[in-house]
Amino acid sequence: MRRKQVLQGNIIVAKAALAARCNFFAGYPITPSSEIAQFMSRELPRMGYDFIQMEDEIASLGACIGASLSGRKVLTATSGPGFSLMQEHLGMAVMAEIPLVIVNVMRGGPSTGLPTKPSQSDIMQARWGTHGDHPIIALYPAFADEIYSETIRAFNLSEKFWNPVIILLDEVLAKAHEDIELPRKNDIHIYKEKIHRIKDLNIYDREIGENPPRVDFFKGYPIHIDGLEHDKHGWPTSDPETVNKMQTLRMQKIYHYLDEIVKFKEYYMEDAEIMIFSFGVSARSSLAAVKMAREQGIKVGLFQALTIWPFPKIPLKERFKQIKKVLTVELNMGQTKYEIERISLDDVEKKALLRANGIPFTPNEVLDKIREF
Amino acid sequence: MVQQRTNPLRKYIRNRKLPHFFCPGCGCGQILNYFLKAVDDLQLDFKKIITIGGVGCTARIPIYLNTDSLHGVHGRTLAWATGIKLYRPDLKVVIFAGDGDLVSIGGNHFLHASRRNLDVTVILVNNFNFAMTGGQVAPTTPFNSVTMTTPYGSKENTIDVCKLAVSAGATYVSRWSTAKPIQTVKSIKKALQHKGFSLVEILSQCPTNFGRYALRTGDPEKVLEWIKNRSISKTKAEKLNEHELKDKFILGEFIDKKRPVFQGTTLFKEEDN
Ligand SMILES: Cc1ncc(C[n+]2csc(CCOP(=O)(O)OP(=O)(O)O)c2C)c(N)n1
Ligand SMILES: [Mg+2]
Repeated sequence: MRRKQVLQGNIIVAKAALAARCNFFAGYPITPSSEIAQFMSRELPRMGYDFIQMEDEIASLGACIGASLSGRKVLTATSGPGFSLMQEHLGMAVMAEIPLVIVNVMRGGPSTGLPTKPSQSDIMQARWGTHGDHPIIALYPAFADEIYSETIRAFNLSEKFWNPVIILLDEVLAKAHEDIELPRKNDIHIYKEKIHRIKDLNIYDREIGENPPRVDFFKGYPIHIDGLEHDKHGWPTSDPETVNKMQTLRMQKIYHYLDEIVKFKEYYMEDAEIMIFSFGVSARSSLAAVKMAREQGIKVGLFQALTIWPFPKIPLKERFKQIKKVLTVELNMGQTKYEIERISLDDVEKKALLRANGIPFTPNEVLDKIREF
Repeated sequence: MVQQRTNPLRKYIRNRKLPHFFCPGCGCGQILNYFLKAVDDLQLDFKKIITIGGVGCTARIPIYLNTDSLHGVHGRTLAWATGIKLYRPDLKVVIFAGDGDLVSIGGNHFLHASRRNLDVTVILVNNFNFAMTGGQVAPTTPFNSVTMTTPYGSKENTIDVCKLAVSAGATYVSRWSTAKPIQTVKSIKKALQHKGFSLVEILSQCPTNFGRYALRTGDPEKVLEWIKNRSISKTKAEKLNEHELKDKFILGEFIDKKRPVFQGTTLFKEEDN
């Protein structure tokens, strides 16, 4: 069925998850994400699958880990305070290479902060929230159709790389009802990998750069999964050489595939002298501002990051050779601003439009900032 | 000629993981043995068992067992088990948890797994302290005990984990000690065959930490003696008043009943349509 519908952003996430064959949800209600849990509680049981409302977000992600290891495709959804509670298990999922998808519908923080107001201030938490050096993938949709497609992509990436994938969603987009035309089932690409027979129980054994084989867990082989650093069998070790190898394996399974993982959109960039770097709802204000500026003859374009982690360093570096000025627009007190500063050239003039009081930017505000150059 | 015989339970152990890391005289080895004895007596299919540990000395037991096993962060075993059990109700899920793991950091999950009657078996090794981290106070440490974080004695009340489990809704609950091998093995067997949330609390000696700091002895026998002297059977306890029961560990079975097991927060039936 292909027809226009009016759907809430949170519901688009949930529908996309089901289209990606998600068959397990565990969560704990929190504004502004609760509609995802509610939708899943209605749909999953009628499909014969499981929905659990756990006792807190720690347990929610824990249940997701258990279900994922058992062979389910799992989703949980939360917001800032809950995402904070999930960091411990997020690290365990990275360490033990367990696929799962976490939606963080961001709200103002820190602490309980601004429960019903938008904010883009969990970007660094998505990258470094859990302790230790680790690879992470975080996607950041801005438009209704992207919420759908990026949710599906999140499942595909997590399954392919055996890593948690975070979807960062803006409160306004999660709560807004927008027009969307859902793709046909046959047009949706779902990553499917063949299940590898396990040889010698070397479940983590592979060459550097290879993504891990799909593990047939709980089939009585018997396999050991650990949150401690482990060897190729999954057994705890602190042997420096093995630790080094395992850390490299985990990092490189992501960094060898940047072309595939890092996605972005560019608008009016061909002849741009000024580039706006933005994402989510701020990218939408920015796009409107770019169009207004173009009417006034200002050569400005927009780089919209869809993958925020790993940071789109390579495509941005290319653009920095062309542009003279860059404006970062984000609803926080300066998070990706520093990433941009790290990778842009010295002779590129840098500005940032920042705010963290719960009010999204209007296109006019972005336009005014463009004109400050 | 002396014939060399291997322990018949050795077949359940991951040979490559030996020697184990437990201190001499630690109760964890005994408990591992009791568990294997129970499994062997019942002739359970070892391929259909998942063993889980959080963090702690106790939590390391699964590393030595030749089952599918999971050893993750501290206190969250029951959360993982919830996710596993829903998809794989055919598997027996056995959790080895220390007192800190189960009722300090993991206390909330413990309440809710009991309440839900999650179909898992929890083997709680209560050694009255946080052993792994070097002997700090636990929610089970007796009042006034000296530990590494209660140099002037603990001024906190203890938790009765079995009482807690019963009131939260667990359906099989018992308490034994490493000094009662026969009863402990029997109880583990019952727990393994029980459908629903089963808890076997085993009082266990930790000579290295609890022994040395709280009891001023590193001798495992003396620590065990201390446990034995404080233990009293449930039938005997029923005849004593609250004052006489002060500082006593009541051993026995506290509940064994049937109740529907957890299958998900909301279940769809055709007629709901
Ligand atoms: C989140 C977190 N906090 C603290 C620790 C440190 N820690 C490891 S084991 C443990 C307590 C262990 O006590 P218990 O569960 O009773 O197990 P035992 O070693 O006594 O068998 C603590 C506090 C940790 N690993 N993770
Ligand atoms: Mg302990």
